[in-house]
Amino acid sequence: MAKILMKGAEAIAEAAIEAGCQAYFGYPITPQNEVPEYFAKRMPKLGRTFLQAESELASINMVYGAASAGVRVMTSSSSPGIALMQEGISYLAASRLPCVIANFMRGGPGLGGIQPSQADYFQATRGGGNGDYYLVVYAPATLQEMCDLTKEAFDVAEQYRLPVMILADGTLGQMMEPVELGNYVPRTKADMTWAATGFQGGKPRSIINSLYIQPEELEERCLAMFDTYREIQAHEIRVEEFHVEGAQLIVGAYGTMARIVKSVIMQLDQAGGPKVGLVRPITLWPFPQEAFAKAAAQESVQAVLSVEMSMGQMVEDIRLAVNGRKPVSFFGRTGGMIPTAKEVREQILALCNGGKE
Amino acid sequence: MAKECRRPKALTDTPFHYCPGCTHGIVHRLVAEAIDHLGIREKTVGIAPVGCAVFAYNYFNTDMLEAAHGRAPAVATGMKRVRPDNIVFTYQGDGDLSSIGCAEITHAANRGENITVIFINNAVYGMTGGQMAPTTLLGQVTTTSPYGRDPKDSGYPLHMAELLATTRGAAYIERVSAHDVPHIRKAGQAIEKAFRYQMEGKGFSMIEVLSTCPTNWGMTPVQAMQWVKDEMVAQYPLGVYKDLGEKEA
Repeated sequence: MAKILMKGAEAIAEAAIEAGCQAYFGYPITPQNEVPEYFAKRMPKLGRTFLQAESELASINMVYGAASAGVRVMTSSSSPGIALMQEGISYLAASRLPCVIANFMRGGPGLGGIQPSQADYFQATRGGGNGDYYLVVYAPATLQEMCDLTKEAFDVAEQYRLPVMILADGTLGQMMEPVELGNYVPRTKADMTWAATGFQGGKPRSIINSLYIQPEELEERCLAMFDTYREIQAHEIRVEEFHVEGAQLIVGAYGTMARIVKSVIMQLDQAGGPKVGLVRPITLWPFPQEAFAKAAAQESVQAVLSVEMSMGQMVEDIRLAVNGRKPVSFFGRTGGMIPTAKEVREQILALCNGGKE
Repeated sequence: MAKECRRPKALTDTPFHYCPGCTHGIVHRLVAEAIDHLGIREKTVGIAPVGCAVFAYNYFNTDMLEAAHGRAPAVATGMKRVRPDNIVFTYQGDGDLSSIGCAEITHAANRGENITVIFINNAVYGMTGGQMAPTTLLGQVTTTSPYGRDPKDSGYPLHMAELLATTRGAAYIERVSAHDVPHIRKAGQAIEKAFRYQMEGKGFSMIEVLSTCPTNWGMTPVQAMQWVKDEMVAQYPLGVYKDLGEKEA
């Protein structure tokens, strides 16, 4: 299929439709309103469900209801809306329900702003709601990657029975890029016999639940979830390494920020500047610890730098991964400010050779 | 003709955990009888609330979901929209439905979601130990209104049946009571009608059932039944608040 020029918020919706998303529930919030708008146009024509909920709280609980029926379901929002959904996300994770949630992050905290941000990293990678759980969190850097990961997210959600988050920033929702759709190759169909669809076909009674009043039982339930998480850590980590071998400095960045870092690295390379490598996590959870540890362990590497559109959140995971082998520093802007290539370049040079080009 | 008394198929064998004199058990049975009578057990999905009926999934012998506090109508919406052939009901208490879940129930009714809602109004939070609910009567003593509910502080009893009857989406809203046999029989008929309306695709139905909570009211079961009859029915008049019947089916 030929590439078509699409806006991110529309491309992700079309990708979800291609992956067989049967229902979308959402509530308006900038900068991702084009997601529900696109679904509103497309879903009725496909005989599928679009519903604008009365709140994000209702959206995520509608997702819970549809996911319980075993259909592919999705919601999307932006930071304050995702914060409201955390109750439902915790219940979805605890009840082991598959679904896809997209967060087009904007500046925070509070009502914050509407410009792009990466300040929800902690929330996304630490579960976000109450209790012991994780989501699989994908961080696309291009619209093509966002489309491909969204389709994969539905498969991963069903395979491991958990919510999967696409953690994009507002830029990826609002920018346009050529994308190629129609190339979805699904994984092996997961067992869905747990779904609550009534007894038709003589299946046993389904109970979708997260309440376990006996602590022994609840602990057992959590341990089983963590068995799944270990399996995910073993099989689903995704990372891009760029110019890492023999680099003097390793930069960690994801999403939009990684694109800026990459362009700086290419500029420096062309100008004969210091050799800088990028480790770009594509899965933020599970985090590519190994990739950072290995990259930083190289003899050539003097330092590691995390560049983020936040006050420094992923940097904590990078520090854990590097584990004191090399100094890890941070540079970022927040509140919807995006570090420019020039600013990033200055930071890199400062670390490489005392700030001189 | 001899009448046989047996457990409805739509109830499991699990003994109820409810207190003596609590009407949850009665209403569970009415719901189960309606499901049996309509022959819909195998396609019914029930949604349990947070509150005393939180374990309803152990009792109803249908597919069951456990929802977050107040969110059952949103969960039901998600389920019903993707599985319109299933019969979907929520079973919610007054803290769940009229307080924390007021938005979800109102919008589900207003959208005319084709679901059945069983609303247990016993004027108090039961599971958490007898705190004030939006439905608590004026002057009623609870653990969080120890001097009696004062409207200057806590407003007035919320009338959900009347409120939801104002939404155009609602098809059938009735308030019934479980305080004596004739009223229980009437409640059973209303509940069955609400399920039947869903089968006929008429849209949103809610049956509000005035219920007891002897433990948290500090009463014997008999006193509690009497209190529903004397005090609650006076505050919450019984009757049909909306019924689109055959007209707008």
